[in-house]
Amino acid sequence: MAERADVAPVLSREWDGGAYPYGVGHKKLGMWLFILSDSLTFSALLIGYSYVRVAARTWPTPFRFWPSVVFATVMTLLLLSSSLTMVRAVSAAQRGDRRAAVRNIIWTMLGGLGFIVLHLNEWFGLIHEGVRLWQNPWGVPLFGATFFTLTGLHMTHVASGLVYLTVVAVGFARGRYDSEDVEVSGLYWHFVDLVWMFIFPLVYLLSVGGK
Amino acid sequence: MEANATNHDRLFSMVWLVLLALTAVEVVLAYIQPLSTAGMLAILMVLSLVKAALIMAYFMHLRFEKKSLVLSLIPFATIVIALLFVFFPDGFRALHLGVNQR
Repeated sequence: MAERADVAPVLSREWDGGAYPYGVGHKKLGMWLFILSDSLTFSALLIGYSYVRVAARTWPTPFRFWPSVVFATVMTLLLLSSSLTMVRAVSAAQRGDRRAAVRNIIWTMLGGLGFIVLHLNEWFGLIHEGVRLWQNPWGVPLFGATFFTLTGLHMTHVASGLVYLTVVAVGFARGRYDSEDVEVSGLYWHFVDLVWMFIFPLVYLLSVGGK
Repeated sequence: MEANATNHDRLFSMVWLVLLALTAVEVVLAYIQPLSTAGMLAILMVLSLVKAALIMAYFMHLRFEKKSLVLSLIPFATIVIALLFVFFPDGFRALHLGVNQR
């Protein structure tokens, strides 16, 4: 982050913030703004789901503790652990240890991949049981719509994250990207993890139907 | 920042363990089902907010950022998300007036 001598004095006179009022580069600020807007998208979906669930007289609780909730818990474990390897990748990148950074990004991606595999398995199971966007065997057609929309958008984020991390890992290994790019991709990954911390209890843990 | 990178790694591992423990509490509550749906919802939301705060503060590094960034992001997000709840009472109205009234 080189200070631009022509800009800094003007801005610091304006509001004492200097050229970097938030103390972060433009990439990081841009990612935070994206995360802000994305958090509103997910909030709207989660609140919409809660709304229709409150407005419905009954709501299907198709997730038995075994296997559904146990698998969802393993998926949570995978995402949380992939966040840990991601922060390790960022600190390795900041130390300048390219090998360790790339290795940790690959671990992160494996966590994300495991998440997607388990989740698709769950999806196909539900589809096999007859759950569709517009109908399911347990009444309240909106169950399928809210479930597939919420978890589908989240899974899309995980899948995009895998593509994003691949690009960053390759670019960082070749020296095309610097540690800030790794850190910014980490922000995205942690956000996807954070969203799951709300989907998991609201969609799964509140719909446990038997052990 | 580079100087205490090892310290930070240990801190992040601790945060990860706390997140796992909070998740375990949630899952155990879902297994033994000691609460009503409303009580369960309240506890799960509190735990989820704590987990989200931990992820943002440590993994997303907000605790170590300048206060101006935090103060621009968090209150804004909180207010707008709270505003989304403005439709929520209508859900209860639908329950009482809706077509599935018996």
